[in-house]
Amino acid sequence: MNALKGFSAPIVAGVVLFGLWQGVLSLFNPQGFVLPAPSEIVGALIDNWDEVYQGARITGFVVVSGLIAGIVLGIIAALLVTRFRTANETITPLAVAVNAIPIIALAPIFNNWFGLTSPRSNQAIVVALVFFPIFINTTRGLTQVDRSQVELMESYAASRSRITREVRIPNALPFFFTALKLSTSLAVIAAIVAEYFGGRQDALGPMITQSAGLTRYDEAWAAVLAGTMIGAVLYFAVLVLERVAMPWHSLIRNHGDDK
Amino acid sequence: MNVIDIQGATKVFNPGRSNQVEALAEIDLAVEPGEFITLIGPSGCGKSTLLRLIASLISPSTGSVEVNAKPAEQARLDRDYGMAFQTAGLFDWRTVTKNIELPLELMGWSKGNRRRRAAEMLELVKLSDFAKHHPSELSGGMQQRVAIARALAFSPSLLLMDEPFGALDEMTREHMQDELLRIWKETGTTVVFVTHSIPEAVYLSTRVLVMSPRPGTIASIIDVDLGGRSAATRDDPAFFNKVTEVRVALRKVEE
Repeated sequence: MNALKGFSAPIVAGVVLFGLWQGVLSLFNPQGFVLPAPSEIVGALIDNWDEVYQGARITGFVVVSGLIAGIVLGIIAALLVTRFRTANETITPLAVAVNAIPIIALAPIFNNWFGLTSPRSNQAIVVALVFFPIFINTTRGLTQVDRSQVELMESYAASRSRITREVRIPNALPFFFTALKLSTSLAVIAAIVAEYFGGRQDALGPMITQSAGLTRYDEAWAAVLAGTMIGAVLYFAVLVLERVAMPWHSLIRNHGDDK
Repeated sequence: MNVIDIQGATKVFNPGRSNQVEALAEIDLAVEPGEFITLIGPSGCGKSTLLRLIASLISPSTGSVEVNAKPAEQARLDRDYGMAFQTAGLFDWRTVTKNIELPLELMGWSKGNRRRRAAEMLELVKLSDFAKHHPSELSGGMQQRVAIARALAFSPSLLLMDEPFGALDEMTREHMQDELLRIWKETGTTVVFVTHSIPEAVYLSTRVLVMSPRPGTIASIIDVDLGGRSAATRDDPAFFNKVTEVRVALRKVEE
């Protein structure tokens, strides 16, 4: 029941919002291409279920595989940078410089590298976009540790890897999850925008551009809805994972203030 | 045999650079078993540096530091001392029991022995009811008691404390001082304690070392013989006399 408590307010807000949307549109009845009513979008979703479902599967795969690769690479880079000074001096400035590139703008170029109809280029965009927040935040969490905790471990003659395991990694978890939450929505955006320029033609991205091009806006919105669902499911999965990985963290949030 | 033997130890940070700091100059110190030594002095006088030399968290620029008749580095590797800091430095991701077990885990104690020992230590610091709590659920004073329990868990012959009660309010602080003295008597541990509170230094110690700054030296050593401490000690004229003696010594150092 407690878990539901946090969700009741946004659910009510959502219902109200969609009710207003539907109500206002039926009152003023503008042309469907300006903004279709929620009922029309749901209708389009049901009518085109097979295509939308197929698109969501393809885009979802790009998002999830890109996310996982970006996370793994980001964590490896963060561990290297924390462990080796030379790695820090070479990777960190490079990462900052590369991060200044608007990565999504590379989508057409990546298509050229990986092939116009290959989902590889879309995955690469997602990986590149996910990598930086994970890398930068995890590095921060691994290095910004309580000095007395490290000194304590040194006083016990603990090895470097033991200090990493006992102090640095648990300390980095909240930083990592903050970045991960950011990354999930970023990954969905990156995948769909990248798909506008190439990749598989039955993915959500091309479905949106093609439906919009044919003025079938309700179908475009249905595809957007599917993309939203991918993002929402991933975000929720991260919340659950966070709870499992850091059971102590909710205690800090609940008790941290009255100390 | 002395627990601590320091001969001609100096410490210079960033030697040869523009930000070179001479933190400690020519420290000689011998501490016998069972003593309670406090280091007191104005901030920047090198008392924490001296404590870290003893702990071998840093090494001296010249001179030697021995703990239990071996180089401080070896004593650290042999886990001859326990340590507590101003911030309790507890691990939020571990329960109170698991925090106390941490040094024992590193020493390869079996799970059963760890559990038993942690329970004993919780008894000692009177926190048995909080064994399964996480540190964030405890008050500052309770966290500090857990840190002390953790420092004492493997029965080190030496306890090094860096302003452990500095962040506590006055009432909690006095209570913690009594707790520490009780534990000190029960365990027979030698203690080196850094503080900048004069009454705290006098109340706790058998010897107060007054340090002077830039570079840090031991300016004077004041023996404190007030017998067993109790609430009455804090109102005892002999206590006030010692407080005054330390204050005068500190004032000389500040000039």
